[in-house]
Amino acid sequence: MSTPDRDAVRQEVRSWLEANWDPDASLIAWRNKLVDSGWGMPEWPEAWYGRGYPAELVRVVEQEFGQAGAVTGAKAGIRLLAAATLLEHGTDTHKRAWLRRIITGEDTWCQLFSEPGSGSDLAGATTRADLRGDEWIINGQKVWTTSAHHANWGLLLARTDWNAPKHKGLTFFVINMHQPGVVVQPLKQMNGHASFNEVFITDAVVPRENQVGQIGNGWAVAMTTLAHERRRADGLRSGSSDGDRRSYRRGRIHEEEDAENKTVLAPYTWYPQRAGRTDLALPQAVASGRIVDPVVRQELARLLAMSSAAEWTARRARAAQQAGKPQGPEGSLGKLVASHVARQAQKVHTLIAEGDSMLAGTDSPLQGIIAEILLSVPAVSIAGGTDEIQRNIIAERVLDMPKEPRFDEGPFRDIPRN
Amino acid sequence: MSGTVTFAHTEEQALFRDSLRKFLDTTSPTTRVRQVMESESGFDAQLWKRMADELALPGIGIAEAEGGAGFGWTEVCIAMEEFGRTLCPSPFMASSVLSMAALASMAPKTGAALLSSIASGERHCALAAQELQGQWDFDAWQCTATQQGEGWRLDGVKHLVVDGAQAQTLLVVARQSDRRTLALFEVEADAEGLVRRPLKVIDSTRRLALVSLTGAAALLLGPAGEHHSGLERTLDLASIALANEMVGGMTRLFADTLAYTRLRVQFGRNIASFQAIKHRMAELLIQVELARSAAHYAASAADAGMDNLSYLASLAKSLASDAYLLAAQEAIQLHGGIGFTWDNDTHLWFKRAKSSEVFLGTPVWHRERMIRALEKSVEKSVEKSGERAGERSGERSGANA
Repeated sequence: MSTPDRDAVRQEVRSWLEANWDPDASLIAWRNKLVDSGWGMPEWPEAWYGRGYPAELVRVVEQEFGQAGAVTGAKAGIRLLAAATLLEHGTDTHKRAWLRRIITGEDTWCQLFSEPGSGSDLAGATTRADLRGDEWIINGQKVWTTSAHHANWGLLLARTDWNAPKHKGLTFFVINMHQPGVVVQPLKQMNGHASFNEVFITDAVVPRENQVGQIGNGWAVAMTTLAHERRRADGLRSGSSDGDRRSYRRGRIHEEEDAENKTVLAPYTWYPQRAGRTDLALPQAVASGRIVDPVVRQELARLLAMSSAAEWTARRARAAQQAGKPQGPEGSLGKLVASHVARQAQKVHTLIAEGDSMLAGTDSPLQGIIAEILLSVPAVSIAGGTDEIQRNIIAERVLDMPKEPRFDEGPFRDIPRN
Repeated sequence: MSGTVTFAHTEEQALFRDSLRKFLDTTSPTTRVRQVMESESGFDAQLWKRMADELALPGIGIAEAEGGAGFGWTEVCIAMEEFGRTLCPSPFMASSVLSMAALASMAPKTGAALLSSIASGERHCALAAQELQGQWDFDAWQCTATQQGEGWRLDGVKHLVVDGAQAQTLLVVARQSDRRTLALFEVEADAEGLVRRPLKVIDSTRRLALVSLTGAAALLLGPAGEHHSGLERTLDLASIALANEMVGGMTRLFADTLAYTRLRVQFGRNIASFQAIKHRMAELLIQVELARSAAHYAASAADAGMDNLSYLASLAKSLASDAYLLAAQEAIQLHGGIGFTWDNDTHLWFKRAKSSEVFLGTPVWHRERMIRALEKSVEKSVEKSGERAGERSGERSGANA
């Protein structure tokens, strides 16, 4: 397929929006229109509700939607990771069953990967799936499951063969979360939020047709999900967001979208604080008068230097990618650098707030934002792959250093585990 | 001058880098660097002539009207990165970076002849700016210039002058006695009252001198400008170039260390397979790449004419200082005992890293300069909005710890 040029796309989306955008439509009806027209997910293939656009044309579409103040397809939560996984590994039946309702927002999804006994070593999962007739029977426990309490569907990684080596005995499923065998309990975090859940699965049922990919190929499918998760995390780190469209949000559709956001975005309200809020450091230092302290000045400068250099490193990676150059080391460093930035930011916020760093909630500076930073930063170097795993990845894949000797080869049932 | 900051080198810039790298790898392996650094002059005059004749290198950043190649600061920085990678001792830093930046910033017209003799490689210039006190806080500089007829007489002491003992011409920053403002002066090497003492240095690939002036005859080249803007720009450009040179050095240290960990076998395995080593290399890679991003960004910002160049220059210099020293320390540590020997090359870069850490201002000083620059821009925006600037104190110099 030949790719249309930016101006043509801009014209097309603009006139389509002029003809169709209606703030008084119902949210679901509007998003069904987006599905049918391909404007909801222009990066998806043409056969599946998209237009097969490359990233730069997708940006044009996003800009035009932003200009018009038009509501886009649902994007929050892990729905897009689910979609990416299904687009790559799902059958046509899977795609027909789930993709449309992902865009319309009617379904929400969760990711059932991590377990109490397997965090960094994700392939060590011990949740089991046993085939009984035409159904898989699932037993086990999952953890760190964002949005499990309101999700309709879960991406599930479970062990189907205990005699195969660790990575070869896993299979990938889509599980209906609304069934008696699935019990969801919120997991309260040290910062007081409960964005995650524990999921207890007892004799839950997955119909055989909801298996994604071949039996024993679950690890490869999960890798697709995780690759998209990392890519999206990079986007979040570089500060891209939906921007401020609030000012002219009026009409039924916006009210419905706001109500949806209240639920689906709730788990993420503290994520900016987790990253350290570098943006608040200088204003806080000036407002508090602490800017005169030479130590504050030094540590603030360190923070700003590191944070800017991190952004420029990401820009370098993108520029090299656009020029069609092979990826250099700069593309793999983002997550680890983000941990450094977050830790330095919490140090600076503490230096500025001094004794008030002991205070929480509305007694803490900025109505609790500072306290939330101090208590959320420890998550950044764990979630989505610990710093230690990131260092292994950089050393082994970027620097091509030899792998550690392994102690987890051979049949999974013989490997020591928690 | 493209007007916008770029994040990738052009094809032409990449070609320039490749050809210079090839040239330096051939002409300046560490065996040769070791010979040259122990010679009296500290650089290879014949090689410098070849750089001028074959590569037009001395005038790479000098305008074509002055006989230079007319490239931007980005190209100067590419050259610096390659010099840093090989440690090839040459007059490039003293002449084509420091002196060139000072002339272009403070004496674009009166310095034209000097610039063109730098560009051709004929003249080796050195910038004598810093003094025994005050790092790069210009207000602390004492050297005075007194008018006498057509010319001037300089009195004072200049410290840490790169190539100060070898250069044919010294560009001296001095305070005009009549108006107490700083200006740039030209002093010839044979001037009476000029005494140049080569300093003993830890990094013999970068020679420094103490320069005493006692009524030395000088020509006025140009004023340092309002708020020392010409000196600030000189320091910005030089710091950016130095940061890029440091990035070249740390990249080389990183590559050599990585190669060594793959070779070295202990406990029956390559030490590169130990997580303790892998994690250190991953962390070091981060610091090296952050320093590279900042150094390249600042170079591009200089060409794009960005107005917060002092902030960006100090950011790049402070990051590079810390990263280079870390790379040098890690390189020795991961080489183990052999890394501490004279025969192993690691110490050559360690010494350059230590020397560059403090040259043109310590990282602490540059971080303080970053914040001062931010405060100025905050002040400006506060003035605009008509609010009170708030309490400001003079305690800031306390940061020069």
